[in-house]
Amino acid sequence: MSAKKQSYAAALVEALHDALAEDPRVSIVGGYVLGLGPQRKLTDRLKDDFPDRVLDPPTSEAGSAALGAGAAMAGMRPFVDLGTASFTYLAWSPITNEAAVAHYMSGGRVRAPVTYHMLHGVRGGGAPQHSQSPQAMLWNAPGLEIALPSSAADAYGLVRTALASPNPTMVVSHAKLLGIETAVPARKSPIPFGRADIKRAGRDATVVATSLMVHYCLMAAEALAGEGIEIEVVDPRTLTPLDEESILDSVSRTGRLLVVDECPLRGGIASEIAAMVAERGFRFLKAPITRLTRPDTPVPYSLPLEEFVTPDPAKIRAAMRQLLVA
Amino acid sequence: MAPSLPEPLKWKFLEKMLFIRRFEEAVVKLANAGQFRGHYHLYIGQEATGVAAISALGPDDHLATTHRNHGHVLARGADPGAALAEILGRSGGLNGGRGGTIHLCDPTLGFLSTSGVVGGCISLAVGGGYACRQRRDRTLTMALFGDGALEEGVSFEALNIASLWRLPVVFLCENNSAGAMGVAGGGYPTLVHASADLLLIPQSVGIKTVRVNGSDAAAVYEAATGAVERCRSGQGPVFIEAMTPRWAGSNPLWPELATGITDLRMATGEIACEGPHKDWYEKHDPVLRLARELAASAADARGNIHKIDDAIERTLAAATRFALESPLPAPASALRHVFVEAS
Repeated sequence: MSAKKQSYAAALVEALHDALAEDPRVSIVGGYVLGLGPQRKLTDRLKDDFPDRVLDPPTSEAGSAALGAGAAMAGMRPFVDLGTASFTYLAWSPITNEAAVAHYMSGGRVRAPVTYHMLHGVRGGGAPQHSQSPQAMLWNAPGLEIALPSSAADAYGLVRTALASPNPTMVVSHAKLLGIETAVPARKSPIPFGRADIKRAGRDATVVATSLMVHYCLMAAEALAGEGIEIEVVDPRTLTPLDEESILDSVSRTGRLLVVDECPLRGGIASEIAAMVAERGFRFLKAPITRLTRPDTPVPYSLPLEEFVTPDPAKIRAAMRQLLVA
Repeated sequence: MAPSLPEPLKWKFLEKMLFIRRFEEAVVKLANAGQFRGHYHLYIGQEATGVAAISALGPDDHLATTHRNHGHVLARGADPGAALAEILGRSGGLNGGRGGTIHLCDPTLGFLSTSGVVGGCISLAVGGGYACRQRRDRTLTMALFGDGALEEGVSFEALNIASLWRLPVVFLCENNSAGAMGVAGGGYPTLVHASADLLLIPQSVGIKTVRVNGSDAAAVYEAATGAVERCRSGQGPVFIEAMTPRWAGSNPLWPELATGITDLRMATGEIACEGPHKDWYEKHDPVLRLARELAASAADARGNIHKIDDAIERTLAAATRFALESPLPAPASALRHVFVEAS
C-alpha cells in the first residue's frame, strides 16, 4: 500500500485555498501563516488566486484579533493569523474577552465565527518569548473552540471545520509540525470537532497527547513495540469540545494513562485530562495517572537547557515504562 | 455659518433625545430602588451626539458602542422594554439578562458585540468596517466611544489599520471629560491622557478629523453625514470628536440625578433656570437646548413639546412595567449560549 503523503503545511494551505474558493465570506488576515520557514512559499498561491482576500496587517496582534472578531460579528469568516503563539498574549483581550464571550453576553444573539491561527511550541532556540504554548490558558476561556491538528489530514479537516463553525475557534499548530509529512486520504474532508483519533492502537497503556507530542509519543510507542509493549496513542484533536468518551474508553481497556503535553504542568492540559479521567474513570485505573509536561519554567535558549525542559521520545519512553510497572 | 436642521428633523431628534433622557431618569430611579446590581453609566448630557450621529446611518450599517450604551441602543430603535429588562437582568431583556447595563446589544439593528473593555469598541468597529469593505456593499461601521478609549493601546493599532486599509469606519469620540472632577476630586476616573488634543492621535496615522460641539445636534449631524458620505465613497475613515461638558450626575463614583428630573418648562419659558446648575440648563443640556430652539419656532410648539413628553411617559411606563414583570432567568439557563446551539 502506498498511501499518498502530504506535509502539514501543504494541507493547511490547501484547506485555506478550498475555503476561500467555496465561501466568499472567508478572508485571511496575516501574511505569514506558515511563519518564516521554508514552507512559507506555499502560501503564495493564496495571494495569487485571492489577492483581495489575503491581507497583511501591521505588527498589531490586538488590532488584528479584534478586527477578526468584529468582522465575524458583522457576518464574515476571517482567518486571522497571529503568528508565533507567544505574541497572542498581546491579543488576549480581543480573543478571550471579546470573541469568546460575545455570543454568551448577548444571550445567544451575537456570533463571532472568527478563526485564529498561531504557531506554538518549542521550535528550537526560540528562548522564552518565542516558544510558548498558550493553549492551556485558552482552554480556560469558555466560548472558544480549540483545535490542535497533529497530521496533514487533521490540519486540513480541522481548519475546514473551524472556518465553517459558528463559534470563535483557535487553530494551534506546532511550528515543528509544518514540514512533517503524513499519509492523507485521496479526498480530504472536514473533520468534526470533538472526535478523538486513535493514532495507534495498543492494549497495555493509554497515552493522550496533542500536536507535535503525538509524533513523539508514536516514536516512543514504536520503540517499545519491539519489546512486546503495545501503547495506545489517543489524539483528542480538539480540546474544546473534548472527546471524553474516547479517552475513557481507551483507559477502560488499558487501565493505565500517561498524558504528555508541552504546556507547563500547573493548570495545564495534562492536568485537566488527568482530572477528568480520575473523576470519571477511576474504576478503570490499575495505576496512578502520570503527567509528562514541560516543567513550570519558561523555555530557555541554550540547547541543553531547552532539551532538559521539553518532552521528547526518550522521556516519553521512560515515562511509559514506569507507568507499566507502577 | 452655523449648521441648522430642517424643522421635521429637529422634532424627530427632540423626541428621541427626550426619550433617552426620560429612560435614563427611570434607570436611576430603578437603581435607587435596588432593582438592579452593579455599576452603570448614563447617557444624560450626550443625547444630541448619539441621536444626531446615529440618524446619519443607513439601515444596513453596523455600530459598536460601549459601557455607556443606553442612549445609542435607544437612538437606533431598540425596544425600550427589552432594554430596561436587560438592565434589570430579566429573562425578557435584550440579551436574556446575560449582559446587563454594560452590554446592551441588539444585533438585528446592526450592533456588534457591546464591549465594556474601554478600547474594545474602537477595535471591534474596525473589524466591522473590514467586513463592510470585503462585502463591497457601501455599508460602514460607526464606533461610539468615550475619550478614555484612546488610553488603551489597541485603539492605536485599530486606527492605524483602518487608515492603512481605508476602511469605512466613522470613529465618534464622545469627549465628555470637560469639567469632570476626576478621581482627585472624589469622582469617577476620567480622561488620563498626555495629549491635550486627542485629534492628534488619529491625525498621526492620516485619518481625517472633525471636532464639533456635542451638545449641538445640528453640528453633530452635519459632521456625521459628511463622514458617512466619505466612508461610502471609499475615501477611508473619519474621526469625529464631539465635545460635551460633563454632566454633573456623571461626576460622582455612582451616577445621581444631580440636575434633577428634567423640567421642560425651563425650555418653554414657563419657569426660569435657577440653582447651582443654572449654567447647564441654559447653555449645555442638549435636550433643553433643542426644546428651547423649537419652543421659539412656532405658536403651538410649547404644547407640542409637552405632548411629546406625555407620550414618552406613557411608553416608558409600559416599558417599565414590562421589565419589572419579566421573570428572572432560570438559574440553570446560565449554561446556555457558551456556543451557538445546533438549530
